[in-house]
Amino acid sequence: MKAPPFILLSSRYRILKKRLHPLTKEFGLTLYVLRKSLLAVIGAIIVALFIFISIFGDLLAPYDPNEIDIAGRFSTPTREHLLGTDKLGRDVFSRILVGARYSIRSGIIVLAIAVPTGIILGGIAGLFGGWLDEMIMRITDVFLAFPYLILAMSFSAALGPSLFNAMLALSLVWWPLYTRLVRGQALAVRETAYVEAATSKGASKWNLIFKHILPNCLSPILVTFTLDMGWIITAAAALSFLGFGAQPPLSEWGRMVSDGRQYLFQAWWVSLFPGFTIALTVLGFNLLGDGIRDALDPKLRRITEVKWKKKTRS
Amino acid sequence: MEKEDKILVVENLRTQFFTYGGVVQALDDVSFEIVNGEIFGLVGESGCGKSVTVASVMGLVQKPGKVIAGKVLLEGEDLLQKSDREMSWIRGSRISVISQDPTSSLNPLFKIGYQVSEPMIFHRRVKKRAAWKEAEQLLLRMGVPDPAGKARNFPHELSGGMRQRAVIAMALACNPDLLIADEPTTNLDVTIERQILNLVRQLQKYLGTSVLWITHDMAVIAEMCDRVAVMYAGNIVELSDVRTIFKNPAHPYTVKLLKAIPSSESTAQELDEIPGVVPQLIDPPSGCRFHPRCERAMPICSEEKPEDVNIENGHMVACHLYS
Repeated sequence: MKAPPFILLSSRYRILKKRLHPLTKEFGLTLYVLRKSLLAVIGAIIVALFIFISIFGDLLAPYDPNEIDIAGRFSTPTREHLLGTDKLGRDVFSRILVGARYSIRSGIIVLAIAVPTGIILGGIAGLFGGWLDEMIMRITDVFLAFPYLILAMSFSAALGPSLFNAMLALSLVWWPLYTRLVRGQALAVRETAYVEAATSKGASKWNLIFKHILPNCLSPILVTFTLDMGWIITAAAALSFLGFGAQPPLSEWGRMVSDGRQYLFQAWWVSLFPGFTIALTVLGFNLLGDGIRDALDPKLRRITEVKWKKKTRS
Repeated sequence: MEKEDKILVVENLRTQFFTYGGVVQALDDVSFEIVNGEIFGLVGESGCGKSVTVASVMGLVQKPGKVIAGKVLLEGEDLLQKSDREMSWIRGSRISVISQDPTSSLNPLFKIGYQVSEPMIFHRRVKKRAAWKEAEQLLLRMGVPDPAGKARNFPHELSGGMRQRAVIAMALACNPDLLIADEPTTNLDVTIERQILNLVRQLQKYLGTSVLWITHDMAVIAEMCDRVAVMYAGNIVELSDVRTIFKNPAHPYTVKLLKAIPSSESTAQELDEIPGVVPQLIDPPSGCRFHPRCERAMPICSEEKPEDVNIENGHMVACHLYS
């Protein structure tokens, strides 16, 4: 007689659970380490909120962010306009909610360009060495020699001011950091005993690179990734503030700060709230990044692992 | 016939490292042979060139270093003439290495099972799943309890002894003709060391693999090997079967080395030591490299490099006392 399907299913589930156990255990531990630190939790909440707003911002916004109401301009924060209105009577709160998406978009696009470029170039430089390494690293040095904001400004000025060009300019400035990071890691990992062991097993060059070297370079990249998200959001906002990024009427946060700064003494809320939001978001990403770094640190992890085991056992 | 039963023949191997400080003459005319199916020991102090010998045989001498002369014949084929591609084919399938440190020679990101099956995937084109099954079998043969479970573990989840077993399994995955064990028990405690030694000896009997066993521990040599070569500062100073070396060592260095082993029988308060330190190989002593530390040094020792002398069948000594 065949077993009823639900029993089959539950045994399947049990097998799957058993198989996944090492993985879920590791992940559980990571979460536990993250949860242990209050700051990391705060950071995670801020980041989660930020991502939520950037997706559903226009549904949450009480007003159309670009709706002009000259009669109601420079309204102080009231119950109708939570954070007041700006010089054209647009609702600041709605504009901030909708503006979140521009910030996250610039962060993601810049990293999506800079990180792969950095991995490829840094990997080539670190693994192959010789004149190729020299060439790539000297170009990297040239890029790093300029203050990044000034370099980004000149790029976006050359490309013409728009939000997309600002992102492009930022990614042009950002890749050298990752190239450096990956090259350093690749150099370190290349010398490890397990790479030598893999060579003596007869691993081919490509197998060595993709299986043994690159994956071992990724954890510092992950940490820098989270920490950088905050920096890129500030940088994008700064470019917009200076007029190189988002153009009106786009409700980009940096742009909003810039728009309000002429009226700082009559209507402080127009600049202050977007500025405060930028600061809060960056803080969130930095706290989360720090938390992830701690969670991935094997030494700290070992200590908390013991506590964790005690707790899960009881 | 004579040539065929020798698995590895190393002839006049000379490896140097071209550093900023000068040329380090790490190996100077090293010659030895490993007979099919034997365990051949290579013993010497730290820095005498044991690991460089391994690297030279495997074709893995790193950048400032270079093999400048000599031959490494694996079943009659010269490995130094092979291309990189041919070498990476030979590594792991015909020669494989058990490395010094089992902890760092396993990649922290991959499961034990995958790492053990990797050589099979490279060399025998076995499918992943079949290789995994075979890896479990191999771990079982290494005396790993619960091999299926251990195969799914990551290296950091295993103990040192288990890791070393996994590394040995990795080395034996393709049934190599020659297994090079580069101080495989240095980082283990004596109980585990004993287990690993027994394991390797059993496997060696069972598989008939030849083994090049590298160590600085004379006791391990006595336990494991059929024949021994004693190395000093990049030279092989004495080569013979184990019994002869321990019964009547010929070279003054070997004599001193054996006196420095603590023994349960002797009641001496202090162990004998060899005066002086291992010489700098950038500017090695002239003539016999051991003469500054040798008690029985003669005027000729600092002038001429001693020839290899065959004092009785197969007992070779490089020393002026015997020429």
